Amino acid sequence: MSDRIFGGVGLALAIFYIWAASTIKLTFMVDLVGPRTFPYIIGAGLALTSVYMMIRPDDEPDWPSAGGVMEILAATVVMLLYGRFLPEVGFIVSTALATAYLTWRLGTLPQWSVVVGASTSVGIYIVFHLILGLSLAKGPLGF
Amino acid sequence: METLSLLAGGFALAFTAQNLMLALIGCFIGTIVGALPGLGPSNGVAILIPIAFSLGLGPIPSLILLCSVYYGALYGSRISAILLNIPGDDAAMMTCLDGHPMAQKGMPGQALTLSAIASFVGAFIATWGLVFLAPQLVKIALLFGPAEYFVLYVMAFATLGGIMSNNQGKALFAVAVGLAIAMVGSDSQTGSQRFTFGQIYLFDGVSFLVAVVGLFALSEVFYFLEKHHSGTRGDAKQMKIGKLMPKWSTIKSCIPTMGRTTVIGFICGVLPGSGATLGSFLSYSLEKATVDRDGKSFGTGDPRGVVAPEVGNNAAAGGSLVPMLSLGIPGSGTTAILLALLLQLNITPGPLLFSKNPDIVWSLIASLFIANVMLLVMNVPLVGIFTRVLLVPTRIMMPIVAMISVVGVYSLSGSTVDVMTMVGFGLLGWLFRKLDVPIVPIILGILLGNEMEVNLRRAMTISDGEWSILVGSPLAIILWAIAITGFLLPVILGRRVKKRMAAELNETNAASDT
Repeated sequence: MSDRIFGGVGLALAIFYIWAASTIKLTFMVDLVGPRTFPYIIGAGLALTSVYMMIRPDDEPDWPSAGGVMEILAATVVMLLYGRFLPEVGFIVSTALATAYLTWRLGTLPQWSVVVGASTSVGIYIVFHLILGLSLAKGPLGF
Repeated sequence: METLSLLAGGFALAFTAQNLMLALIGCFIGTIVGALPGLGPSNGVAILIPIAFSLGLGPIPSLILLCSVYYGALYGSRISAILLNIPGDDAAMMTCLDGHPMAQKGMPGQALTLSAIASFVGAFIATWGLVFLAPQLVKIALLFGPAEYFVLYVMAFATLGGIMSNNQGKALFAVAVGLAIAMVGSDSQTGSQRFTFGQIYLFDGVSFLVAVVGLFALSEVFYFLEKHHSGTRGDAKQMKIGKLMPKWSTIKSCIPTMGRTTVIGFICGVLPGSGATLGSFLSYSLEKATVDRDGKSFGTGDPRGVVAPEVGNNAAAGGSLVPMLSLGIPGSGTTAILLALLLQLNITPGPLLFSKNPDIVWSLIASLFIANVMLLVMNVPLVGIFTRVLLVPTRIMMPIVAMISVVGVYSLSGSTVDVMTMVGFGLLGWLFRKLDVPIVPIILGILLGNEMEVNLRRAMTISDGEWSILVGSPLAIILWAIAITGFLLPVILGRRVKKRMAAELNETNAASDT
């Protein structure tokens, strides 16, 4: 069933892709093939393989429980927020928080998560910023 | 002997203090990455590329660093296979079969040394193979026109799923997804905006590095998050490695095995669509059929069973660099990422690389030799350092890996949108993995999509719009034939190979349980 749904989504995307390809503006200096042809071919490939998945689905994958799915989604949200607020909060604080969250969810005890988060963040800061000189996000505090 | 003098020139370039230092660091990081279960060569190289760029390393130093990581990861993957019975990556799966029983028999140190020697022999001879075979392939490649190049790309995609592929439909789907992503941005020939929907962020296309780090590194973190209860770590008892040097007679008994499996592994590496996993599998099973006809000693800790897959695995890695460097066609995930590195450095691999930038080619090959010697030294007397890395639990290691990937992507562009896109790719990678859609074809599609289109359009301009140019030369027809065979072969043979591999694994597991 999963494959059928996935194939359906793929097919919808393929149709959208082909439509979007048909709206590509042609300029006066178009070569013989033009900028639309290759995307059309790809869109067709996407559609065909999607249909194939709908007709010949594989065995059901081993999906995690609802809790497992929530776990992944929550981690995604945390990482997105991390990316979003990185420049505003600064590297050390935001990285410490994100690391602490991830290691806590992977099974570290809460109080130790804070320690792991802080030391990972400071460790990366020392190695990559102070020693190797990469530019990391500066927050209002300057680190 | 022109080749040898070119190689000597490469050594001269590679032997600078900075390059040797980078090779040493690369080997060290690579071995650690390889030893960690779940992280393989492709993850390690993917994470380090953005960092190498942010450091502002030149082409030769970056290549030396990353190739050392690549070779290092291949060495490292055997450590967890032998000590914990958990392969560091797919290719080390076969090393578990005899490596772990040998460790249980009280000879973990000897198994580690033996497999390090095996890795060295495989990689060393395969690198010589690269030295002599790549220039020959270049001669053929110089005959290619745009049409042949287009077909060559088709062949690369068709054979990528490889003999191990479960579902060729899904492999093709992944290729299409990759190519579709590659089309985003300004069209290189006419400047038209494609699929950008007015978003300035998309005008330059989707950054390959962002996609690759997300798909390879971050998706691994999500995967672990889902399975966190079965988190793996070794305990200190399993890390006692004991005596390191095997008896000379043991090593001697393995020499014929090493010779045979090097050849098998190298061929598997060069051929499109097979790679290291098949290399180690074929080496193991053919060796079993040759020296252990009754099936008595293999699977119970036979040293030759430890040596065979390790030689095959490393020889295949060396072999897979041949098509990557001489044709610009990677056959595996890791070589795809190395290709990406070259493209980002504005170096186009392929026949012209050998004539235009021989310094890069030969110093790269020289650095492979250097890395190999360093790795042998690191992995025999100093193996204890790396086994200690396995004591760090995954729950701490994985977040560190995630954060280092973010550091690489962010420091390169300073863009938070890049970081968020990377997270998106990470989630996508997890979903695809669950649905058994392979990730490497996506990467390769994003990477080669534009080149493929450019060649198609050039060919059509030459032929004045005749599509028949794509089958217009004997070379093109041969490439089509390989593509079609490579695509259909797994459908016919793949199931049998898979079954045999599963049977092999089950049989040995059952034997070691009792």
